[in-house]
Amino acid sequence: MSIELVLGIYVFILAMFVGFEVISRVPSVLHTPLMSATNAIHGIVVLGAMLVAGAADTPLLHVLGFVAVVFGAANVFGGFVVTDRMLEMFKKRQTEKTDA
Amino acid sequence: MLDLRDSFIAGAYIVAAVLFIFGLKRLSSPASARSGNRLAALGMLLALGATLLDRQILSFGTIAAGMLVGAGIGTYFARTVQMTAMPQMVALFNGMGGATAALVSIAEYLRLTSAGEATGAGETTSIVMGTFIGAVSFTGSLVAYGKLQEILSSKPLQFPLQRIINTVILLAVILVGAAVVMNRGGTAALWMVFAGALLLGAMFVLPIGGGDMPVVISILNSLTGLAAALTGFVLHNQMLVVAGVLVGASGTLLTLLMSRAMNRSVGNVLFGAFGATTAAGAAGTDAVALPVRQTTAEDTAIALAYARSVVIVPGYGLAVAEAQHTVRELATDLEKRGVDVKYAIHPVAGRMPGHMNVLLAEANVPYDQLLEMDQVNGEFAQTDVVLVVGANDVVNPAARDDPSSPIYGMPILDVDKARNIIVLKRSMGHGFAGIENALFHHEKTRMLFGDARQSLTEVGQALKLV
Repeated sequence: MSIELVLGIYVFILAMFVGFEVISRVPSVLHTPLMSATNAIHGIVVLGAMLVAGAADTPLLHVLGFVAVVFGAANVFGGFVVTDRMLEMFKKRQTEKTDA
Repeated sequence: MLDLRDSFIAGAYIVAAVLFIFGLKRLSSPASARSGNRLAALGMLLALGATLLDRQILSFGTIAAGMLVGAGIGTYFARTVQMTAMPQMVALFNGMGGATAALVSIAEYLRLTSAGEATGAGETTSIVMGTFIGAVSFTGSLVAYGKLQEILSSKPLQFPLQRIINTVILLAVILVGAAVVMNRGGTAALWMVFAGALLLGAMFVLPIGGGDMPVVISILNSLTGLAAALTGFVLHNQMLVVAGVLVGASGTLLTLLMSRAMNRSVGNVLFGAFGATTAAGAAGTDAVALPVRQTTAEDTAIALAYARSVVIVPGYGLAVAEAQHTVRELATDLEKRGVDVKYAIHPVAGRMPGHMNVLLAEANVPYDQLLEMDQVNGEFAQTDVVLVVGANDVVNPAARDDPSSPIYGMPILDVDKARNIIVLKRSMGHGFAGIENALFHHEKTRMLFGDARQSLTEVGQALKLV
């Protein structure tokens, strides 16, 4: 086992505890926005896609990298924007919105 | 030692990880939730920016093109999607994340093997698992999307030997995956793992009913987080590990919280194939004889106008008909007449926990009129009229009274305790659980059939003439 892998396992386990603790008390009203936000955060995998696409040296790797970056970016940007739209609804309203 | 550039990247990753954690923390409370999401987005921006400095990146063309297309698609759909279609949008984005994790794992394997670099068993195991979990999450999410979007039937889909076939595929995938780890089979074997996992993901979600999709999406969400963390092992990138595991762990907890709100165990959701067997028997025997009392928009308007207290119970029917604005207008008109109007929100009304709150908030319904289940259940006995708008399973008294019912034990809104009940519904069709609802045959209940928005508009017009 490489030292990097061992370090990775440490990080994995510690982050797991943080993940459990950080959202231990959340009202059911926020379940959907919270799921949507964590959904956006796992879009971090686009970072891996960037590394793969940037290092690509064959046509196949370029294609795989491109598709991965597209999907990952859609996950990140769409995820955060859609969560923001959900949470926008929770803010205090001053002006009456007209019916669509 | 790291040079300046690498130190900067590492530092940015650490700050990003802290921003993710604080963001999640703030997302646990309604007042700070929006800022929490923005903090997390800031962390993401920082992490992506820092990654561009990585020396492994030789050319930026593919990255720039992919980013532009992906960000464009994601932002466009996120901005234009109807509030009612939010849950399936989350499923779709989740599937894309899963696909990304699988493709990254495969691409890295191809790069490593063609470069002839020696890869440790730890890395190869991560590659195989990342490919597998990412692909399962991809097709699983697509099926969940299809069910919620009603492209696929929301009913549990079952066929003979389902479990045996799934087990055989799973075993085959595990065998081929093990071969990859032991450096036998090469890229072809990894593609086979990918294909098998794609198939399994779809097979895994197809037999689950639409009502359980929130729990399924939550599970797939934490799986995608796990897949992202695994790619971190492959690429030796701690940022991926931290963020992926944060999502994996918090997503798992969220799954447990959600299934608790429905009083179901996760195992039951995944393998129960809810409603497919029991409902058929129950519906067949009871449905025929029981009477249904219909009413008209005019009679409904009169009943509401002369009530002192009205409780509105919104359900998914309200969401699909996009009737949240119409129902709010009706409530405002009633309040002008001195009627006390409240909304009763079941924790899992709609298709996701919190879905109804979001929709009603969009229609400017004041917070203090939204009552949660525990607050409102004691009040039904003093309520003159309950207006059920497109809700079904969450008001089914069988969940409370009938131990043989598949939803027995799920907490419900006790609307049957109210003096009068008016149910707005498209037809006598079943709810998501696919079971008969005795409430609709209750002597106090009147049914107003039709599209929720149409019916509410008619009731509103009739109310003006009362």
